[in-house]
Amino acid sequence: MAKQEVDQSKRRFLIAATSVAGGVAAAAVAVPFVTSMMPSERAKAAGAPVEVDISKIEPGSMLTVEWRGKPVWIVNRTQPMLDALKNHDDKLSDPKLEVTSQQPEYCANDARAIKPNIMVLVGICTHLGCSPSPKLQTGADMGADWPGGFFCPCHGSKFDLAGRVFKGSPAPVNLVVPPHKYLSDAVLLVGADDKGAA
Amino acid sequence: MKKFLFALALLLPLMATANEGAKLDHAPIDPNNQASLQRGAKAFVNYCLNCHSAAYMRYNRLQDIGLTDAQIKSNLLFGDQKVGDTMTVAMNKADAKAWFGATPPDLSVEARARGADWLYSYLRSFYRDDTRPTGWNNLVFDKVAMPHVLWQLQGQQVLKVDEATGEHSLVLEKKGTMSPAEYNQMTADLVNYLVFMAEPFKQHDKQLGLLVLAFLGLLLVLTYYLKKEFWKDIH
Amino acid sequence: MADKNTQGRAAQLLAWVDERFPLTANVKAHLTEYYAPKNFNFWYFFGSLALLVLVIQILTGIFLTMNYKPEASMAFASVEYIMRDVSWGRLIRYMHSTGASMFFVVVYLHMFRGLIYGSYRAPRELIWLFGVGIFLVLMGEAFFGYLLPWGQMSYWGAQVIINLFTSIPFIGPDISLWVRGDYTVSDATLNRFFAFHVIALPLVLLGLVVAHLIALHEVGSNNPDGVEIKKHKDPKTKIPLDGIPFHPYYTVKDLVGVAAFLMVFSAIIFFAPEMGGYFLEANNFIPADPLKTPPHIAPVWYFTPYYSILRAVPPILNSQFPGVAAMGLSVVSFAFLPWLDRSPVKSIRYRGALYKKWLAAFVVSFLVLGYLGTEPSNVWGQFAPETLLVGGADRATIVARIFSVVYFSFFALMPWYTKKDQTKPVPERVTA
Repeated sequence: MAKQEVDQSKRRFLIAATSVAGGVAAAAVAVPFVTSMMPSERAKAAGAPVEVDISKIEPGSMLTVEWRGKPVWIVNRTQPMLDALKNHDDKLSDPKLEVTSQQPEYCANDARAIKPNIMVLVGICTHLGCSPSPKLQTGADMGADWPGGFFCPCHGSKFDLAGRVFKGSPAPVNLVVPPHKYLSDAVLLVGADDKGAA
Repeated sequence: MKKFLFALALLLPLMATANEGAKLDHAPIDPNNQASLQRGAKAFVNYCLNCHSAAYMRYNRLQDIGLTDAQIKSNLLFGDQKVGDTMTVAMNKADAKAWFGATPPDLSVEARARGADWLYSYLRSFYRDDTRPTGWNNLVFDKVAMPHVLWQLQGQQVLKVDEATGEHSLVLEKKGTMSPAEYNQMTADLVNYLVFMAEPFKQHDKQLGLLVLAFLGLLLVLTYYLKKEFWKDIH
Repeated sequence: MADKNTQGRAAQLLAWVDERFPLTANVKAHLTEYYAPKNFNFWYFFGSLALLVLVIQILTGIFLTMNYKPEASMAFASVEYIMRDVSWGRLIRYMHSTGASMFFVVVYLHMFRGLIYGSYRAPRELIWLFGVGIFLVLMGEAFFGYLLPWGQMSYWGAQVIINLFTSIPFIGPDISLWVRGDYTVSDATLNRFFAFHVIALPLVLLGLVVAHLIALHEVGSNNPDGVEIKKHKDPKTKIPLDGIPFHPYYTVKDLVGVAAFLMVFSAIIFFAPEMGGYFLEANNFIPADPLKTPPHIAPVWYFTPYYSILRAVPPILNSQFPGVAAMGLSVVSFAFLPWLDRSPVKSIRYRGALYKKWLAAFVVSFLVLGYLGTEPSNVWGQFAPETLLVGGADRATIVARIFSVVYFSFFALMPWYTKKDQTKPVPERVTA
């Protein structure tokens, strides 16, 4: 049988079409495998938002709860504590909260909070992940100028009572304020806001 | 010769008629009937979860049968259970074994182990038997340790043995709050739910499967014509 | 289309690689200038499909291992975790369980091709022996893997099979104790079977597959006519006259096989992953219970012919060992084929009626024994007590014994009937 003329354009079309279809198939197959590595239903359930009763927190003291395996501090700030936040902007790395990823927009205010007296912070230092120690009182072993806040023992980062980082700290940005909302005056929901769960 | 072999191979499934145990009724369930599945979920939570756990089933999976988180919370959760929790049970396993003689098994995948027909028949085959510690026996599962949890709904059946044929049958002696038709419907809903719970993604995956097969069919056509085109070079 | 610059760069890059790694040389030697017979038919798809299934099993296996817990109290739960809580976990699990069964479907069809076309004959004996090695390792891999879900069938299947080893004279019980790592199948057994299944045997399997392919490429493929294409080469180019380059002709043809296979594979995964209880057994959805034996234990379908033979052999001198030995021999017998087959022709196309009858008998035995292995021995009832010789015996056992004899005779009598067989003249060049 005589060899037929090789129709190059038909060959090229078929190669191209099959390659495209094959590529789509490969991508489609990759999706379940790659997605399977995302947090599972179990991880999502364990990382679900946490309801906290804040009615018993004494003014001037702090409650720690766990959310997604991390400590979350809820500080009941007194008026003197709130006043102390106002006059050390020159000592802070980011006093105007320009790094917007560190707090939700409803906390982009002077108190960095929804209700000014309740400060919600993720207690993980933004340097390398240690948990800073609370130093809520003014002065004491932090020196006379200390307005109250948090001190990270690992590498010496310092944060004020709104979680804002002091200049000279190895930590580059302010402490994270997690998404949160109030279910009532006494109940705070950490990990979700009106946009839904984090 | 090849024809003979094929014919023989076709006969093989016919031989697979090993008949063990009681004859089972076909479970009249429709996996796409969300109303039935929701009724079954309610029955499961109300009647079964007291003793049996379903430890691999999360409450929020019930979204697949049309329930919202709010509906799940208000109708199916107790106490401080969260919608992301699994269906665990308070009963201590050791206690259960002491009380019933056998630990009530976890029911998450029971429908895959037993089959829908078995479960449907089982739930309708309890009968009074005073020789048993619970006072109940079951035609499908002889000497079962489980009491007839749903007896108030079904009523009480007794075993009748036909003198002539030796055939076993069940007769309703005392009526329950449901008629036999209603009880059958309830059991069907419950079994429908158990089948769903054993494989929550089954219906969804069937639809996905159709898409996948359609796409692969296209791929088969393309590769076939690609092959034909190249093989014009040969012969 | 790539412009001159890009083409030049690509060629430069290739040249850089080729100076340091035999890339182009190997592509030529094994793909574009490797010549395979042009008359490959349907039976020649299954080698590449076996390779595909191996890749599928490794890929899905890796992702399963990300979430599976090889501990007796956690294993069953971790499988359900994969099925329900891990995104798309159930698809990955079904791909793996279906892949395991499909591996054997493909491999049995691949072996059958070898049988009918005489692919095991000289000079391809070593390809065949590596293949038998792959088959044995695959059986081990499947056996170890089956314990991992820790269901009732997993547990009791392993218990029964390991107990078989106790029948080996003198060293049996010690071997079983050593394999189990405990006095009964337990967490110790599960953990080591996990190690065998996940890394040890896959490495061995990969090595054997590479050896299998190297041996194949050394000699070149056989074909449905059993004609050696290297006998007739073009005097100038030295290319076999009946040979065609593997790439693009067989790469493109194998793609069709892959597409068809994936359709079957997908249909099973999405619509019937249990396959009526043959791919995923109902009893395995019950967690392993060392105190409760299921009423009916059977191995997975791909082991059932050999299991049937094991059961058919009665205890001799109070020992189960003859049955175990017979089972082992039934698997290993394939290895002897290159030397049992005394026929002057390779392919079934040129063999006579005698061989064809024996091959048919072997296939029927394999299928019947396979079916019987899935059922308990009393599936066909018993012969009436007064029946001569077989009175009172299970009918299925007697049938299994008869077909076991046929099975072994296929191998044992092969030197005789292949010599005696009336063969047809073999052509010099391949036919269609």
